Amino acid sequence: MVSTCFYFQVHQPYRMKNYGVFDIGKNQNYFDHDNNKQILNKVANKCYLPTNAVMLNLLNQHSEFKVAYSFSGVVLDQFQEYNPQVLSSFQRLVETGQVEVLSETFHHSLAFLHSKQEFKEQVELHRKKIKEVFGVTPTIFRNTELIYNNELAETVAGMGYKGILTEGADHILKGRSPNFLYHPQSTPKENPNFKLLLKNYKLSDDIAFRFSNKSWKEHPLTVPKFVNWINSINGNGNCVNLFMDYETFGEHQWKDTGIFRFLSHLPQQLLKHPDNDFKTPSEVINSYEAVDKLDVHNAMSWADVERDLSAWQGNKMQLSALKSLYNMEAQVKNSNNPELLALWRKLTTSDHFYYMCTKWFNDGDVHKYFNPYDGPYDSYIAFMNIVNDLKQRLEIRD
Amino acid sequence: MKVLMFGWEFPPFNTGGLGTACYGLTKGLANNNVDVTFVVPQMPEKVNAEFVKLISAKSYGKANIKFRMVKTPLAGYMTPEEYKVKTALLTNVPDGQQKLYGDNIFMEAQIYAEKAAEIAKTEPHDVIHAHDWMTYMAGLAAKKVSGKPLVVHVHATEFDRGGGNGVNQAVYDLERKGMHEADAICSVSEFTKNKIIEHYGVDPNKINVVHNAVEFNDHKFVKESFGLSRDSKVVLFLGRITLQKGPEYFLYAAKKVLEQDPNIKFVVAGTGDMHGMMIEKAAELGIGENVLFTGFLKGKDIDKAYQMADLYVMPSVSEPFGITPLESMRNNTPVLISKQSGVSEVVNHVLKVDFWDVDKMANQICAILKYGELHNALMENGNKEVQNFSWNIPAEKCLHVYNKLLENKLINNNLNKTENFKSLKNLNQVKDLFYSINRGVN
Repeated sequence: MVSTCFYFQVHQPYRMKNYGVFDIGKNQNYFDHDNNKQILNKVANKCYLPTNAVMLNLLNQHSEFKVAYSFSGVVLDQFQEYNPQVLSSFQRLVETGQVEVLSETFHHSLAFLHSKQEFKEQVELHRKKIKEVFGVTPTIFRNTELIYNNELAETVAGMGYKGILTEGADHILKGRSPNFLYHPQSTPKENPNFKLLLKNYKLSDDIAFRFSNKSWKEHPLTVPKFVNWINSINGNGNCVNLFMDYETFGEHQWKDTGIFRFLSHLPQQLLKHPDNDFKTPSEVINSYEAVDKLDVHNAMSWADVERDLSAWQGNKMQLSALKSLYNMEAQVKNSNNPELLALWRKLTTSDHFYYMCTKWFNDGDVHKYFNPYDGPYDSYIAFMNIVNDLKQRLEIRD
Repeated sequence: MKVLMFGWEFPPFNTGGLGTACYGLTKGLANNNVDVTFVVPQMPEKVNAEFVKLISAKSYGKANIKFRMVKTPLAGYMTPEEYKVKTALLTNVPDGQQKLYGDNIFMEAQIYAEKAAEIAKTEPHDVIHAHDWMTYMAGLAAKKVSGKPLVVHVHATEFDRGGGNGVNQAVYDLERKGMHEADAICSVSEFTKNKIIEHYGVDPNKINVVHNAVEFNDHKFVKESFGLSRDSKVVLFLGRITLQKGPEYFLYAAKKVLEQDPNIKFVVAGTGDMHGMMIEKAAELGIGENVLFTGFLKGKDIDKAYQMADLYVMPSVSEPFGITPLESMRNNTPVLISKQSGVSEVVNHVLKVDFWDVDKMANQICAILKYGELHNALMENGNKEVQNFSWNIPAEKCLHVYNKLLENKLINNNLNKTENFKSLKNLNQVKDLFYSINRGVN
């Protein structure tokens, strides 16, 4: 038996304005409302709405079809603010009962790496938001960009979750298969059965990155070909975890690549084989035992070829921006000013640091493509100027 | 491979990037085992022995670099108007010498072209390579004599020099003729290639983009030797002070920055037709005390200026390439450049703004001076990036262009070479052309 487990990430940051030094002390609008609205609506039309229509159809047609989503709190806020139609289409998917919603930090932040206190507060904010929007309470956690280490597993297990999703990075698996469940290096006594689901990055990226790549030797990727690869795991794996950004459908892979046709034919073809099924992450965890422990001392992620943190905190600008931000945490919280706290939290979103990445000449190209600023230096400038303005506002209040 | 190259300036007697580029390219070609005979106008008031010695002292690998001087007061970046002033000053020269100079810059270019034809007869060469408009006629004359393929190298067009304020029709006509009659064109950027296509109607397939590079040296100065920068941060402008380079945008940005931090110093290094105007402008803006004018810098002083600065700004209105940002990066000084430049196509670790966006320019200047990690990141990554800009690369691209031309020539070799040596007739045609241009000017 091999279970296919889909998890899709749905996230859009609140992008900052090109906030100049001269704006400090004069301009309290940090975020680019128009640009954020425009991008959200563009992605809604290219991806969220058409993909949700395909999904709803599949879920209705095949009661065996299951998927999981993780929504950042900031994308849900933006749906409510800019495009409520998208939110209701996601609600209809969750109402089918075949969709699991995962837990994460409200602001899609790196808080775990910088402040455990803030991390827990953001996870709690997110739980409330998910309950309010979808009427469910998640039991499985996934951290921003699948960032993971031993300490995270302990913390999250201590918070009562049943499992966590992360990357099936080669340097951690060391020859073992991502198609089984694992235990973390250590878990709290009260939650000994806490498990890890690892992304099968090869098969996931075949869809997410390589689907339309004409120089890939497997191009074009057909449904029978892909199903065949999954079938071949039967007998030497329990689950195939296909984790990807939801924007894969229609945004990263455009409609004319055939990505929607691929998606709409996959479940039926996959279910033809009697040993295949679909499971949500919590069903996978309930169905299979862990085969081994994974020791992840240095944090890993699903980003870039390095599968590490260098996309967000690999250079000194990123580190100084993070430091300036988290150094303000106590002051922001002590100010008892919900408005300033909300602004500060929007700045914790990991994308702001991703835009400052200077690893350009290889897979850094992807960073450049998604960068709303002229480049990493410009995004650092905007961020630091905003942090300085926020600091000034806090000091004036003190 | 032997190249007969026509230039109009060469270090140390250069006033701008053209001389720097010719020097680097020549050296890069020598490293690629290409023999170059470089023909330059000889400045009458300069002693050329020093010049020749300076060059011959350099190591050029196996290949041979030879210089031929042509007596003329032609100088880099001279406008037709400036030429008139310059030759007027030469009236005290003894009678025998004065007939060397023509009545205007176009006549002068013609004399240069006639000499070029003579040189082309005696200097063995496979390809002719001419740099910018004043040498195009020389290139064409040489081509008529030897029948060898001609490459014209566009370092700037009349549309850059004018800075948006119109073009000199006669210069434009010469540029256009050179570009159309050349067998291939090298342009220093995509930015310039587009200008050539748009304004000169040249077939894009004929144009090869050859981005410039930078020469490396070991000029290092200790911070203490600067004096100026000990107590205040320094922002540098370095280049010809002329419309094309956008010096007034630098001053407008300085004004805004100084409203934030009155302690910053702005250094303007270079000379040019707007020098006096800019001094007045600084005074008029009330920032005279914070804007320092160094005059023309050369050699080590250029590196010293970069090293003294916390930031180099190139606010050019229209910059075909722009080697100075690379020089700044070589000197570990962060760079802010206008997007209207060729160099912005090839460098990542710099800040870029539109030249007219003075607010943004001022904001970015403040940010670099305010945030140490930003300054350091630009400095470190910029220096790492500039290491890739060896002159061997553009030289290889030129060599590739030469080889392609020679291959094509071999294939279409219908030319009767002896025909081309009926040079007298051809030279007369060149003369006719010059006279017709002159009539247009006068």
